[in-house]
Amino acid sequence: MSFNLIDFLLSFLDMTVLDYANEVWGDQPWLSPLLSVIYIVVIATVVLLLVFVVGWTERKVLARMQDRIGPNRVGGRYGMLQMVADVVKMMTKEVIIPAGADRWAYLAAPVVSLATSILLFAVLPLAPGVVGVNLPSGIFYVMAISSVSIVGLLLAGWGSNNKYALLGAFRAVSQLVSYEVPLMITLLVPVILAGTLSLVSIVEEQTIPYFFYVPLAGIIFFISILAETGRSPFDLLEAESEIIAGFHIEYSGMYFGLFMAAEYIAIMFMSALFATVYWGGYNFFGLEDLVLANGFAIGRPIGFISLIVKIAIAFFIFMWVRATLPRFRIDQLLDFNWKLMVPLSLVLLFVVVLLNKAIDVYAPGITEFGRMSIHLLSNVIIGIVVLEIMRRRARRKREAEEGPDAGGWRMEPVLAESDETQLAHAD
Amino acid sequence: MTFLTFLTSLTSEQVVFILASILTIGAALVVVTNRNLFHAALALMASFLGVAGIYITLDAGFLAAAQLLVYIGAISILIIFAIMVTRRMMQVSESPFNSQRGLGFFVAVAGFLIVAVVILQWFGGEAFAAKPPVAPAVLSNAVAALGVSFVNPNAFALPFIVISILLLAALIGAIYIAWPRQRIDPAEDEA
Repeated sequence: MSFNLIDFLLSFLDMTVLDYANEVWGDQPWLSPLLSVIYIVVIATVVLLLVFVVGWTERKVLARMQDRIGPNRVGGRYGMLQMVADVVKMMTKEVIIPAGADRWAYLAAPVVSLATSILLFAVLPLAPGVVGVNLPSGIFYVMAISSVSIVGLLLAGWGSNNKYALLGAFRAVSQLVSYEVPLMITLLVPVILAGTLSLVSIVEEQTIPYFFYVPLAGIIFFISILAETGRSPFDLLEAESEIIAGFHIEYSGMYFGLFMAAEYIAIMFMSALFATVYWGGYNFFGLEDLVLANGFAIGRPIGFISLIVKIAIAFFIFMWVRATLPRFRIDQLLDFNWKLMVPLSLVLLFVVVLLNKAIDVYAPGITEFGRMSIHLLSNVIIGIVVLEIMRRRARRKREAEEGPDAGGWRMEPVLAESDETQLAHAD
Repeated sequence: MTFLTFLTSLTSEQVVFILASILTIGAALVVVTNRNLFHAALALMASFLGVAGIYITLDAGFLAAAQLLVYIGAISILIIFAIMVTRRMMQVSESPFNSQRGLGFFVAVAGFLIVAVVILQWFGGEAFAAKPPVAPAVLSNAVAALGVSFVNPNAFALPFIVISILLLAALIGAIYIAWPRQRIDPAEDEA
């Protein structure tokens, strides 16, 4: 097969460029490394460019949710080029290294943050057959790289020679290390259901998305990634009103921009991971495997678009939560994690393991739908029990604070009392 | 010229191995000679990263990820935390050597020689040959095989359980140490 421009362009459309190049040039020793390098460059560039889109979307959506207009000057009526203008502004600013800063740590921090965020995309399956590397231990790779990203925050906090930065870094580490526990446990739930650590196989196993099997685990996972990316209501690491901007307070110009980019890329990846392990990734009712009679793999673009839409929905929920919820206090944050999320996710993991094994042993011929129903039922029961326990605890706490008689609404007696005092003053 | 021919004769795998080795050894040298403890800890991380790279050239991707997760993600962060909360804040510089440096050097060299001699005795010239090829089926199934061997009584079930008990004991010990001995001020405790 020789090189043909029309076939080449068509292979762009159905995302089979790599297969096409392999077909044309055959088993050249230089081809495979070259294709890998091209893939790396394309993915890293596209991901960085997507930050413009994502940043603009977030500002616009947040503004709309808060009854503002948002960016509306640069680039037409919708302010679409606002992020471009911002980046140009940051590029032209001076990078100021504070006095007494640990120069090495200070300069390495944004690089480490950005690099770890981009590295995560290596294992993300984008469409059927389109993935950087199909690692047999893909999920484990994601965990490993995201645990390394903490190092960037520590470097920034330590290297800036600023107490707010250091406080931010301490908060960041205590928060990220804690929330990694439920994150990893709830990542294990799809692993157990699929029986593999490879992200590609997990996507392919999901004829029914795992969110319908184990919605509770999905919700815990989503809360954990909110905390892992330092988003509201878990944005204590950069709480503006308390520690100004946390670990990146001393960074100016594009170095600050790199941190922002790293944050947005991490959010994109975590949304993508959520969509991949719980919402079926690029799956779209089997259409993602569609190949037309003339060999045009139309399923690949369909799968890709389906994945993008799922990521966009997950990201929209990120923004929604940010616009809606106030920030946690640090003790509430850690309490919430260690006293609710970790035990609950452990219980979920055990239940999923036992149920899955029991189904395999006692009902080997069960349909996928039956398996889903059993898991879903167990999840609903666990959810109701947990809500009931939380309700009782909250009630006990309230009674301990206000005395046993003060149940229900406390508005009326308070109002009545103040009315009486007002009356007394009036007399 | 001979150096050039040597360079062009390298396979991509060997290049990666050499780069990873340079990173590992160079960073390790920085760890033991740097006067700034924080920088030494950072160099230790780089050294761990190089080791992970060597694991990858040996087709042990799972081990490499474990190396990142455990050594960089957990142990190095713990070390940095220990430095942060025990030393004076910034740029403490002190001599990395103490009175036992001669002994330490001797132990390091002796350890290296013992390992090198054992490997040479065992494998001879084969130790310098390229690694034998592994079937792709074995590699793609390696993680599952590892998991099975951890729960197989004929493989590593007993060591696995013993290590689990050790970790559990350590966890309980940590909780016991951190547990408040007596309530000094109940109001403060409640808050």
